[in-house]
Amino acid sequence: MSTPIDLPRWADIGLVPAVATVAAFLVAGLVVMSIGESPLEATRILIEGSLGSAEGIGFTLYYATNFIFAGLAVAVAFHAGLFNIGAEGQATLGGLGAALVALSLDWLPGFVVLPLAILAAAAFGALWGFIPGYLQAKRGSHVVITTIMFNFLAAILIVYLLVNVMGNPKSMAPETRNFGPNAHLPFIHALAQAMGLNMPATPLNLSFPLALLAAFGVWLLIYRSRLGYAIRTVGASPAAAVYAGVSPERITMLTMALSGSLAAGLAVNEVLGVQQHLLLEFTSGYGFVGIAVALMGRAHPVGVVLAALLFGMLYQGGAELSFDHPAITRDMVTVIGGVLILFAGALDGLFRRAVALVLPRRLVA
Amino acid sequence: MDTLSDVSTLTAVILASALRLSVPLIAACLAGLWSERSGVVDIGLEGKMLIAAFASAAAAYATHSAWIGLGAGILASVAFALLHGFAAISQRGNQIVSGVAINLLAAGLTAVIGNAWYGQGGRTPPLEGPARFQDLVLPGATVIKSVPVIGPLYADVLSGNPVPVYLTLIAVALTSFVMARTRFGLRLRAVGNYPGAVDTAGVSVALLRYRAVIISGVLCGIGGTYLSVSQAAGFLPLMTAGKGFIALAALIFAHWRAWPALGACLLFGLLDAVSIRLQGAVLPGSISVPVQAIQALPYLMTVILLAGFVGRAIPPRASGIPYVKER
Repeated sequence: MSTPIDLPRWADIGLVPAVATVAAFLVAGLVVMSIGESPLEATRILIEGSLGSAEGIGFTLYYATNFIFAGLAVAVAFHAGLFNIGAEGQATLGGLGAALVALSLDWLPGFVVLPLAILAAAAFGALWGFIPGYLQAKRGSHVVITTIMFNFLAAILIVYLLVNVMGNPKSMAPETRNFGPNAHLPFIHALAQAMGLNMPATPLNLSFPLALLAAFGVWLLIYRSRLGYAIRTVGASPAAAVYAGVSPERITMLTMALSGSLAAGLAVNEVLGVQQHLLLEFTSGYGFVGIAVALMGRAHPVGVVLAALLFGMLYQGGAELSFDHPAITRDMVTVIGGVLILFAGALDGLFRRAVALVLPRRLVA
Repeated sequence: MDTLSDVSTLTAVILASALRLSVPLIAACLAGLWSERSGVVDIGLEGKMLIAAFASAAAAYATHSAWIGLGAGILASVAFALLHGFAAISQRGNQIVSGVAINLLAAGLTAVIGNAWYGQGGRTPPLEGPARFQDLVLPGATVIKSVPVIGPLYADVLSGNPVPVYLTLIAVALTSFVMARTRFGLRLRAVGNYPGAVDTAGVSVALLRYRAVIISGVLCGIGGTYLSVSQAAGFLPLMTAGKGFIALAALIFAHWRAWPALGACLLFGLLDAVSIRLQGAVLPGSISVPVQAIQALPYLMTVILLAGFVGRAIPPRASGIPYVKER
């Protein structure tokens, strides 16, 4: 009953998460049925809405960008054995950093302001991740609870700043003024049009290639660098890490800072790319879905990108779905995310055993 | 004389408010206590309270009875608790991941089902009359009221609260008694520290842990029901607002003991009550206290508590480690 099960690598990385995902969607289908809608119809609208048109694909990729950044943030922390639930707060602080640079320096040319704003976002996000990391490493406070608290604190901080300090006097809503045109991350459809291609207008912007670059960078870091090896060692066994001369405390703090700066990529997409000013709740739940994305993708950058694409489809398809069937709201994605975290994360053993039962004997050790 | 009675009235009002505000925290804290003392880490207190708040509000609205609402809230919370228990105990999964999943599931399900059933953006319609718990006046309240210090304390603070408040206070006493002085409590504490010893004695570790998880679900059910049926007269989206996590911090602060847990939660409740009075007030030196600073206080205090600036806390020894019989 408790013998460790050795599945072949392709089954461990590919088949088990796939089975867990299918099961999660079946459960979601049950929920959809229970509120009186047809899951098959919902699935059809979902797929059509997300992949059936160039506009749909553009929106899907735009949402996927957010999930890639959030998923990478959680995945990097996972490798060090840490559970970073604070991607929302870290992204919020990232937005603050980007806005501060964009508001004060948007008279500079774009190729100066934008990298500076991105760096500022990463730095602020890193800080918001570093503090819980420090508290875990030096004071033993559980990173799960501290990051959740920091989510709340970030939300309160940004309300205070937008209402009292950085707000746009001409606007009733708590938000800053629009950034100058030099501080916009260009839209992909605008770039395409400049090159003569006709693309429908979507929020997809340069942060999507940036996200893919970040995924590649994370792969290089975790799987091909000494620091990555140290991170994975601390995650696998802190005692072994100490024996190898690696300081688990330093790695914890460093990893949380890195995780926070990745989460800030979300802010780069939303604040610098799409909204072009700082406003409340631009993170709107992406951070939590990022946890599901990381778990589904087995904390590997390729898996994270694929899972992010799937959730991007769900988000865009879900928006189309809620037009036709107002009873099914975006929160369905939260439900799917929750079930996925349960199946791919906590009930992992159950699915591994199920897959081991189905696979031919010779493949299972 | 006037200012004295004014001050004592203000104190009584703030203390009464503090007690009522701390009830969900106390309930969640006790729930966490039962679960963690038996070795199952429970991050999902927030989610269980949320689903209980929704289920109880929906049931109370449908049946116009607060007690049926309480029953529905407890059932919903126990269902989620059993889900967490199944993942943590039988499947030996990562208990923190499971807790996070429960929180997310509860947030999503309450929004989806709430919107599908009532269409008001996830809220339930407001509850009135018998659908809410009525305030109970304790015996002798009016008589004792004139006694100097104890009078107002008994009459205004302790008496005149809805039933879930008293249920929770009784739960504190019961928890402390059962944990310390009964066989069940001893076995529970043992299973959280040395499950191997309990197993060797022939008692089922899994069954004990499941029982603890169910008790935890019941307590979260009471807390969640109080939030929506008593305190707020209806369910509002995400109405728990982090109380489950603050309760966890209070639990760690109280070193996993019942009476200190009551004290810690009352402290948080007092903070909340005072903050409501302080909003917009001007401190000496004409510094206006920003609303957000007050709002941030419970979360800041949680972080400070967890950072161990108020004493190091050592959890039950087997907390969070799945028990494998063969090893």
